[in-house]
Amino acid sequence: MAEALTARESIKAADAHAPAAHIEHDTNTGISNTKLGMWLFLASECLLFGGLITTYLLYKRPLEGPTPKEIFDIPFTSTSSFVLLMSSLTMVLAVSAIERGDHERLRIWIGATALLGATFIAGQIYEFTVFVREGLGFTTSRFSSAFYTLTGFHGVHVTIGIIMLMSLVLLSLRGKLPEHRSETVEIVGLYWHFVDVVWIFIFAVVYLVP
Amino acid sequence: MALTEAGPLALTSGDSDTVYKPAGVFTRPKSGATGWKSWLTTVDHKKIGIMYGAAALFFFIIGGVEALLIRVQLWAPRGTLLSADQYNQVFTMHGTTMIFLVVMPIGAAFANYLMPLQIGARDVAYPRINAFSFWAFLFGGVFLNSSWLLGGGADGGWFNYAPNNGVIFSPTHGIDFWNLGLIITGVASLAGAVNLIVTVLNMRAPGMTLMKMPIFTWMTLVTQFLLLFAIPVLTAAQILLMMDRLFDANFFNVAKGANPLLWEHLFWIFGHPEVYLMILPAFGIVSEILPTFARKPIFGYPFIVFSGIAIGFMGWGVWAHHMFVSGIGPISVTTFALTTMFIAVPTGVKILNWTATMWGGKLSFTSPMLFSIGLVTMFTIGGLSGVTHSVAPADTQQTDTYYIVAHFHYVLFGGAFFGFMAGFYFYWPKVFGYLLNEKLGKANFWLMLLGFNLTFAPMHILGLQGMSRRIYTYDAGYGFELWNKVATIGAFTLASSIALFIFNIFYSKSKAKNLPAPGADPWDARTIEWMIPSPTPEYNFDPIPTVSRVDDFWYRKYGETKDGKLVRIAATDDVVQKLSDGKHIHLPSPSYWPIVLAFGMPIAAYGLIFNLWLALVGAIIIVGGLYGWVLEPPDDPEASHDDDGTDTHASGGGDAAVTGTSESADQSNELDPAKEAETVG
Repeated sequence: MAEALTARESIKAADAHAPAAHIEHDTNTGISNTKLGMWLFLASECLLFGGLITTYLLYKRPLEGPTPKEIFDIPFTSTSSFVLLMSSLTMVLAVSAIERGDHERLRIWIGATALLGATFIAGQIYEFTVFVREGLGFTTSRFSSAFYTLTGFHGVHVTIGIIMLMSLVLLSLRGKLPEHRSETVEIVGLYWHFVDVVWIFIFAVVYLVP
Repeated sequence: MALTEAGPLALTSGDSDTVYKPAGVFTRPKSGATGWKSWLTTVDHKKIGIMYGAAALFFFIIGGVEALLIRVQLWAPRGTLLSADQYNQVFTMHGTTMIFLVVMPIGAAFANYLMPLQIGARDVAYPRINAFSFWAFLFGGVFLNSSWLLGGGADGGWFNYAPNNGVIFSPTHGIDFWNLGLIITGVASLAGAVNLIVTVLNMRAPGMTLMKMPIFTWMTLVTQFLLLFAIPVLTAAQILLMMDRLFDANFFNVAKGANPLLWEHLFWIFGHPEVYLMILPAFGIVSEILPTFARKPIFGYPFIVFSGIAIGFMGWGVWAHHMFVSGIGPISVTTFALTTMFIAVPTGVKILNWTATMWGGKLSFTSPMLFSIGLVTMFTIGGLSGVTHSVAPADTQQTDTYYIVAHFHYVLFGGAFFGFMAGFYFYWPKVFGYLLNEKLGKANFWLMLLGFNLTFAPMHILGLQGMSRRIYTYDAGYGFELWNKVATIGAFTLASSIALFIFNIFYSKSKAKNLPAPGADPWDARTIEWMIPSPTPEYNFDPIPTVSRVDDFWYRKYGETKDGKLVRIAATDDVVQKLSDGKHIHLPSPSYWPIVLAFGMPIAAYGLIFNLWLALVGAIIIVGGLYGWVLEPPDDPEASHDDDGTDTHASGGGDAAVTGTSESADQSNELDPAKEAETVG
């Protein structure tokens, strides 16, 4: 009992010295709330894409209309995939730039990332147009619905990423992206890399697996 | 989307951070505001928790009326109150409302209110996203129920199997409302899950390691992880259904070779974790109440925790036991039968722990305790009938009969809802500052227990006799008459017990003026949320306590002698915190943007159903709301105070304080556009 009493006193002393002010200076895990939240969100996104990829695998052989083999232009899509993957490199360079405090380079590399992403999206739009012209409409077959939904959904993710990158450039131009907020760039980068990694899976499953 | 960027980006405030009008639309709501405005703009986890609870009770009444309609229709053979079509809508909306708009949000209400208090946090990790979660849930629920006025509700059952959910078989917009409404509430749940997980992992009081957290916090953590991974699977399925119904895709179109089983699999991969994420918060609540009124620590704390985690993992491997009659083949049936038997083990561990907690304790049978014991017993009955479903040959007979209805009401009403009632009675003084009347509370319990068993126990018999669920009537002569009458009488008894509860709320409030205030710790409770004044002050703790063990508050009051006898070492009044003015404590500032952003979602959903131009309006509100949100600092600079050097928001230097506060603004920058993809993309 005596031990319990002394323990209580030390607790009281500790309470008195605990910081009272802010919500989020230090975190228990050492990872900032924002970054941890992003990781969790991306984990959740895995399941969303997982559902759509599974659906595609189930429906990849159409009963009517053009088949994947007839319609895919592998060299073209490989090139646009390469462009998207290169954007991960420029994203890393952007993060490295803001950590050095080099705001000029930051804007250049983020701009390059957005440009590469936009090139990929342009390629996707071109590809879709060609497919539709060759007779693969959204409602043509079970394959067409699954294909357009999966790749289109990924395209929407890339587009949102581009909007976020452009917003970062604008923030940086207005001087609202100082070094100590470099984590913002890093977290947008996390999203961007995730979208790229998902594309590797989609590209393999949709275009390469026979 | 690109079109709308320009508007909200044009900050009127330019580079100056001191006079801030977000996007020139609103002046920022003031922190100290009162009245209805303070509720619309609040980011306080406690107010949001209360709103979750109130909204859920409102939907509970709607869902309850639907249940009574069903029971009146089935009172006698050839009932004529509802047509077959109306009956389909009523039972579908009853199930959907009770699951998505009642049980899940009540769980969210407790998680929001209690979890930050149990871990000694000021608020959740992202207060504005928390507000957004609530408004999105509320608007999604209202959107879903607005289908009654706009052509009729969904009519495919709460799981809306394909191809019955296609336009051919369900040509009204009911299922579109169901689909889009649940996508909206899904976004709300997902945002909430990210928020609460980060809060638990990152914002615990000093000394509170994971294995010193209260059980309710643990169960909240497991629940939110289940939500994080289950919701996107449902969202994926619903996106497919939306493409089918609104844009003529072929995901469930059998004529083009689609496989309707895809929906069933996706739905139940979501649906079974969903079952556990509905029950685990209630498990957490009774794990707080039973030790309090047994005056003993919970028996086997690590077992309770790890069985909860085990349920969280194993819940992913049992989904196909909902599909034993769908022709998935003998190997799948055997596998899922076995996993279903296994998952009964961690649940059984919990029942054992609760029983052992009460064993040998000095039990006091208060209303929260009665409801908790109600959960332990009624859930055990439901759990046992659940194990019978793992016997696949028997389940083949029971599928789509009232036996199933009896089973899931025993686990969801007898389990989850009894746990929530226990939580209402237990935490009412902490939340509202007055105790609910004990006599009425006990009457409430016995009436509810009686009504509940009268309603659902006969359904076991009806099911085994072969009465199908989801059929709007039955013929005389099958032996169904008696038990249906009993169930209908039970349903009205149950409804009167709910009425008694609502009466108790107002009655106790009116009597509370003449009674002494309940104080911080009316139940002689164990966890740290009881050491702060009741009702909880806005700032929660002052100072933040340092936690040294499980049930920390209890051991500030009691010690043990060498032979294990309980000895009081301090008076409760000396241990609890006094009400302070809280002036030096920095709290997140309120904001209009969460409600604006959430409001855009039902608009976009109405647009998808009726007119795509309206969807564009919704999208503009969403995107505008996002930019307004992102460009608004999470803390109002004008509300900052200068009494504390570390609290200034001047943008010089990279010190931790400045980085810390600016982070949550950026975070919405990334999270929300992506979320929006699921809503309108």
